[in-house]
Amino acid sequence: MMTIDASGMHYKELNRLIREGIANGVKKFFIENVNGQYYIGDGIKGDDVVININGTPGNDLGAFMDGPTLTVNNNAQDNVGNTMNAGKIIINGDAGDVVGYGMRGGRIFIRGNAGYRVGIHMKGYNEQLPVIMIGGKVGSFFAEYMAGGVIVLLGLEDDDSDELDIDYFASGMHGGTIFIRKKIDFSKFSNEAELYEIDDKDADFLKEYLTDFANSFNISIEEIYKKPFYKIVPSSARPYAHLYTSA
Amino acid sequence: MTKSSFSNIQSEYLAVIDHNKCVRCKRCIQNCGWGTYSFGGDKILADHSKCVACGRCYTYCPEGAISIIKNPTVIRENANWQEPLVKNIWRQSETGGIVISGMGTTFKYKKYFDHILLDACQVTNPSIDPLREPMELRTFLGKKPSKLDLDFDEKGEPVLKTKMPPQIELQTPFVFGAMSYGSISLNAQKAMALAARALGIVMNTGEGGLHDDLVPFGKNIIVQVASGRFGVHRDYLNSGVAVEIKIGQGAKPGIGGHLPGEKIGIDISRTRMIPVGTDAISPAPHHDIYSIEDLRQLIYAIKEATEYEKPVSVKVAAVHNIAAIVSGIVRAGADIVYIDGYSGGTGAAPIVIRDHVGIPIELALAQVDERLREEGIRNEASIIAAGSIRSSADAVKAIALGADAVAIGTAALIVMGCHVCGKCNTGNCSWGITTQRPELVRRLDPEVYGERLYNLISAWSHEIQEVLGAMGVNSIESLRGSRERLRGIELTDAELKALGIKHAGL
Repeated sequence: MMTIDASGMHYKELNRLIREGIANGVKKFFIENVNGQYYIGDGIKGDDVVININGTPGNDLGAFMDGPTLTVNNNAQDNVGNTMNAGKIIINGDAGDVVGYGMRGGRIFIRGNAGYRVGIHMKGYNEQLPVIMIGGKVGSFFAEYMAGGVIVLLGLEDDDSDELDIDYFASGMHGGTIFIRKKIDFSKFSNEAELYEIDDKDADFLKEYLTDFANSFNISIEEIYKKPFYKIVPSSARPYAHLYTSA
Repeated sequence: MTKSSFSNIQSEYLAVIDHNKCVRCKRCIQNCGWGTYSFGGDKILADHSKCVACGRCYTYCPEGAISIIKNPTVIRENANWQEPLVKNIWRQSETGGIVISGMGTTFKYKKYFDHILLDACQVTNPSIDPLREPMELRTFLGKKPSKLDLDFDEKGEPVLKTKMPPQIELQTPFVFGAMSYGSISLNAQKAMALAARALGIVMNTGEGGLHDDLVPFGKNIIVQVASGRFGVHRDYLNSGVAVEIKIGQGAKPGIGGHLPGEKIGIDISRTRMIPVGTDAISPAPHHDIYSIEDLRQLIYAIKEATEYEKPVSVKVAAVHNIAAIVSGIVRAGADIVYIDGYSGGTGAAPIVIRDHVGIPIELALAQVDERLREEGIRNEASIIAAGSIRSSADAVKAIALGADAVAIGTAALIVMGCHVCGKCNTGNCSWGITTQRPELVRRLDPEVYGERLYNLISAWSHEIQEVLGAMGVNSIESLRGSRERLRGIELTDAELKALGIKHAGL
């Protein structure tokens, strides 16, 4: 176990200490007084490494990360899980823009809301299945160019409403699945994707993840199941195949 | 709408077989990736509509029985309604598609390299004989410190105190341009890897990941990170000598790329880390980079992931405000800026972009070098110039205009047999270069073409040494950014000003 007091510390020094700790066999980190330091967990490896972050981490939290678990006991900022390969990021608050850009594996759980451009170009590969779960709502340009993996959007905030508050999304989606809780205005998502009711297989799949999510944040699973789930999948793995002609 | 099969577009070339010479060995049928030839029972038949003049058939015809000729049936000449324009109108009216093509622009824009002349020594200062005297071509790419701090050891000898930022060491100022596995074949990449290792230079993965077979060549590879983030992970970032963030490409500034699903076989799927058969779409921008500050963020995310041991390069297309853009990139922390001019090649680009967007590398380079010097930050990053470097002369001129090194892409493919037919996007390349069809890829022997690439770069390097010697300098460093050694010919005042050179005679 290693505790780092990050107050007044530059990110370069903080991340060097974490990397050094991992190289020396430290499995559990507590980072206190984090105040906007970028790149925490950037490019680190090790499935059994756990990092607890107290305070607000800066941009690119867990970028290129490959295995560890990061728990943020507060809000996070932009670019959480950028091009992440494996691991888990748990955020007990809101996240900023561009969550999980190009993410290929692992899980990102956000208790609250996330900003614009969430899940752009996420992609699955073989057994790698990236999953982003968002308790609240997201901003515009959500799941653009999504190529694989799973995004679950719960909309637990203002739960009196039966309709999900979301703007135009899933442009260029050509892989993966988006699960949404509550219905949406059909005109707000792209022509490249289609909406379905979930089937038993989807429900089984969701159950595991919803349970994990609920347990991570002490939310009652019954609360989550109060509203119906729908899924959004791409119409084609090749949305632009007919756009071109060869000279 | 119902599609009519009738087309106005006639064959561009005719594959003419001299049946008196033909021995019906069928090698042409086997060699043509386009399906032009077939056997009609007693003779070879040619479907002219499929011929792209890639040159494979006549190169491999043992009897010299094949001629590829331009179809003499003319579209009536008209200087305004030129043939390619008319054909594209037909093509688009028949398909409704965006016209795409491979390779760089076919437009006849002014080639500034051909209007720049080099200096040489006469009488007042001696030229140097490179056959007799050492001539240094070694080039280091990366951030250079603005000053050096020295300490002195107990013997009073100076010791460098300044910690040098990471550098790429090139034995000669050439790199191979970024061409992904997917846009080109693995054998084409292997040929470049073998040549790069033998020459002490580097190749570039492009946005296609790093195939397992290329991992041992890490010391001669720059790995690329582009908007699709294909095959990008922690170990990938650490597997080469540098990491390049691709923002733009000279042939298609401002747009992304699509590797069509039919080219994503098992091996490419594994290298790009995406499922078999899906389109590999690189969005036009990186959606985490909407500003210079965002670019800085990605540059340092990569530096963190590589523990500050690799230079980070940023590749951009040469566009109108390139000097200000590059200044921003350098201030964002890039160690190398790769500038790709509008004549640069591509595996596929809409021709409306390829032929009409961007500016020449010569002008971009001169402006960037000037701007960075003015701002006192030229040492902060090295510059790689690209966009149709066709000869050692182009390379020398680019370096005198301010480049640290030049990148070659199309020239490297020409070494492998490419006849610049521009059909890279179709995946039928008869030379095994821009194709993933195993029977075509197999014919490109990496050892053979690795050696030829080695020969070309060695020859060009010797030519550069000759030129340096003639100019009376013994190191490529001495020519870098030395525009006083250049003169323009047949250029306007505005062009001379943009290039920062005097007219010949002055």
